Amino acid sequence: MESFANHIIVIGGSAGAYELIVDILDHLPATFAAAIVIVLHRNSKYETKIESSLSKRLNREVISIKDKYPILANCIYFAPPGYHTLVEPDHYFSLDVSEPVQFSRPSIDVFFESVAEVYGPKAIGFLLSGANNDGANGFKALLDAGATCYVQDPSEAVIDTMPKGGIASSENVKVLSNEEIVNYFNSISS
Amino acid sequence: MAELRNSYDISFPEIEELIFLLKNVSDFDLSGYTRSSLKRRIQRIMNLEALDFVDLKNAVINIPGFQQFFIQEVTVNVTEMFRDPGFFNRLASEILPYLQTFPRIKIWSAGCSTGEEVYSLAILLKENNLYDRSFIYGTDINSKVLDIAKKGIYPLKKFKEYSDNFNAYNSKESLSNYYTARYDAAIINHDLRKNILFSTHNLASDQVFNEFQLITCRNVLIYFDLKLQEKVINLFYESLALFGFLCLGTKETILRHPVMENFKVVDKEFNIYQKIK
Ligand SMILES: C[S@@+](CC[C@H](N)C(=O)[O-])C[C@H]1O[C@@H](n2cnc3c(N)ncnc32)[C@H](O)[C@@H]1O
Repeated sequence: MESFANHIIVIGGSAGAYELIVDILDHLPATFAAAIVIVLHRNSKYETKIESSLSKRLNREVISIKDKYPILANCIYFAPPGYHTLVEPDHYFSLDVSEPVQFSRPSIDVFFESVAEVYGPKAIGFLLSGANNDGANGFKALLDAGATCYVQDPSEAVIDTMPKGGIASSENVKVLSNEEIVNYFNSISS
Repeated sequence: MAELRNSYDISFPEIEELIFLLKNVSDFDLSGYTRSSLKRRIQRIMNLEALDFVDLKNAVINIPGFQQFFIQEVTVNVTEMFRDPGFFNRLASEILPYLQTFPRIKIWSAGCSTGEEVYSLAILLKENNLYDRSFIYGTDINSKVLDIAKKGIYPLKKFKEYSDNFNAYNSKESLSNYYTARYDAAIINHDLRKNILFSTHNLASDQVFNEFQLITCRNVLIYFDLKLQEKVINLFYESLALFGFLCLGTKETILRHPVMENFKVVDKEFNIYQKIK
């Protein structure tokens, strides 16, 4: 039943992104072929209640990543606070406690860069609301590796620094409204 | 900064080549390390030292001391005192009462980095009047971090965070009872050090060296692939006394390994196991 995902959809967000993420997850089809991985900045001292509350809300498992979890189709993952999340060439997650990047651990840049290396054109990236520049370098790495990248329309973002950083990182970034983003996830294939 | 980023790159096949080379010319075998983390760390070294892949291979072969330097820089040594305060809480409330029943308590902190975890354990034992019959071995592959651990002197500014951790673990006392602040340094009290020994030990290649009642190996296995993890867990199994405890990092998962059948899960959240056969 459980199989490794062929495609990976990665979402980076920080301050102001949570509501849109909930909206996205609310609209997912019952099954989908990709793995969805969300890196949200949050304070490691507040151990993660997000995953359990989303699991209840969605009535399906929302996985808080642990070291060497396989990256499976039809699964929703969150990067845990206090660690960088990386992906390995054999399609497992690995965790890392090296220094924060852009004051962030997890860092969206670190995660996106490693996804770019391993999944290349089989990755799809989203960058949402946030108050710092984390994610922009990772976005560029994804695009250079042939991934498709979408950024939340800065005018709709609660805090537009992060989406603007994504747009500045490359010309090939596509800008989507909140509604278009939710529609995108509503129609991902199984 | 921005221009410096990623100016030197290493591909996954080149990493395999480097691992093979290093294994042949040194005692260091990185073949069980996770590739994505290696890639980041090696790229960092290449950018710090302005070396491309050919230069790097040359340095590994020809520059005296470079292999040691490479291992020092490729390993991730970030640590804290009382990292995951809840873990130390659990250790004090659930495990120490059990350890108390052993006449001597030998502890191994494997992958102890600059020693903060070892001194945290020492404080825990002291608070529970167990320190005098305990002995803690702190080991690491990286001799440079062990030099810092032996000195027991840390930048004072780090102790703000360490104190927050400590207070979350035990709000009755103050961490400052255990060190002396001098200028911008925090010096660990001498009476905390007498039953501690730091020495190098490579988990990937070295053997059992003693028998322990408690082994902590936290945030080290995340850098190993499943195969090396299994080998290291077997080493821990063999190094533990019957009914001894194994403590791992909170985000590590090892239950899939067959040797874990010999362990009982004591605490799922904080990854504490007891050897029961
Ligand atoms: C992130 S630190 C963990 C420090 C501490 N245990 C903690 O949780 O805060 C990881 C340590 O593992 C060490 N290490 C890596 N490979 C090792 C090996 N093969 N044998 C022994 N130690 C190793 C590194 O040098 C580093 O100091």
